Amino acid sequence: MATNTQAQTQAQSLMKLDNKASKRSAMLLEQNVSRPRRDRVGLSAFAFLFAEIIRYSQNRVLGIQELEAKLSEVGQRVGVRVFELAMWREKTVHRETRVLQTLVFINTVVWRVLFDKQADSLERSTENDDEYMITDNEPAILKYISVPKEMTSFSPGAFISGIVEAIACCCQCPARVTSHVVPADGLPLRTVILLKFDSEVMDREKQLEASK
Amino acid sequence: MIHALFIINRSGGLIYHKNFSQHIVQLSSNEALIFAGTFHGIHALASKISPAPKRDTPRDTGIQTIDTKNFRMHCFQTPTGIKFIAVTDLMQTQLTGALGKMYMLYCDYALKNPFYNLEMPIRSEMFDTKLLQLVQAH
Repeated sequence: MATNTQAQTQAQSLMKLDNKASKRSAMLLEQNVSRPRRDRVGLSAFAFLFAEIIRYSQNRVLGIQELEAKLSEVGQRVGVRVFELAMWREKTVHRETRVLQTLVFINTVVWRVLFDKQADSLERSTENDDEYMITDNEPAILKYISVPKEMTSFSPGAFISGIVEAIACCCQCPARVTSHVVPADGLPLRTVILLKFDSEVMDREKQLEASK
Repeated sequence: MIHALFIINRSGGLIYHKNFSQHIVQLSSNEALIFAGTFHGIHALASKISPAPKRDTPRDTGIQTIDTKNFRMHCFQTPTGIKFIAVTDLMQTQLTGALGKMYMLYCDYALKNPFYNLEMPIRSEMFDTKLLQLVQAH
């Protein structure tokens, strides 16, 4: 009998916990999307999820390039949604069509939505006119990742480049986006996101410039 | 001063071994493995031979420090059964804080690293550098 009542109280407390959890998730769903309050996600929770995404992808690809492509694909799905959300929340921005404004939008607004800070630099490549670089000195989501020696060419920032690629595409400025780890002094994770815009985008830019 | 650190997994395998000072002889990998296995066994036995505690007091957690004439060995066992063993000089009487911080580093830079396999040796550059910083700051 004693064990029976014990089991009952245990079940009751479990149900209480369950109720609490469902209440909390209901509250989450009822939150206003446009509320500018920054929703924060625990970095540890995200780190575990991201690590598992990489591990999962790694078991389903043959090489480093494929792995990066896979991560980029995941990032693109995130990017499409982040773009909508950023557009909805930041009332001051309107849809950009010019390359430079798009880049500034990514550099500031998107980075703030994603990482709660601005990217550290935005540069134009000195070699090619259609290439731009966004640099983040310490991307928070890569904080705990150490790439093993046999995979040095792998850049886990492929996820971020996927996000950027999707956003560039949403802004009607399709580009090929890649990420590269370029360590600097004391910044082992410094990541450069390289955007190479499609030729038609550059042609359009020239036309717009000429018609001004 | 912390001379060396060993990390032993749940089944007694050595997953990390590093010397931080030149005062200590570098064990060969074989010797280090034997040390880990032996310590794991003794640790388990020690918690067993401890005089029976009262029923509801928690079980003895095994060896915490070992003293010799020249050095002291501190052992910190996590709730998950991983053991952090530090070899220090005799001035260090309490090392739980520092070992706890090392456990945090392990949780951050080993467990959250997608290229780390559970129970396997830790090969993470970030873990190495952070650990060295911690030891030097200690």
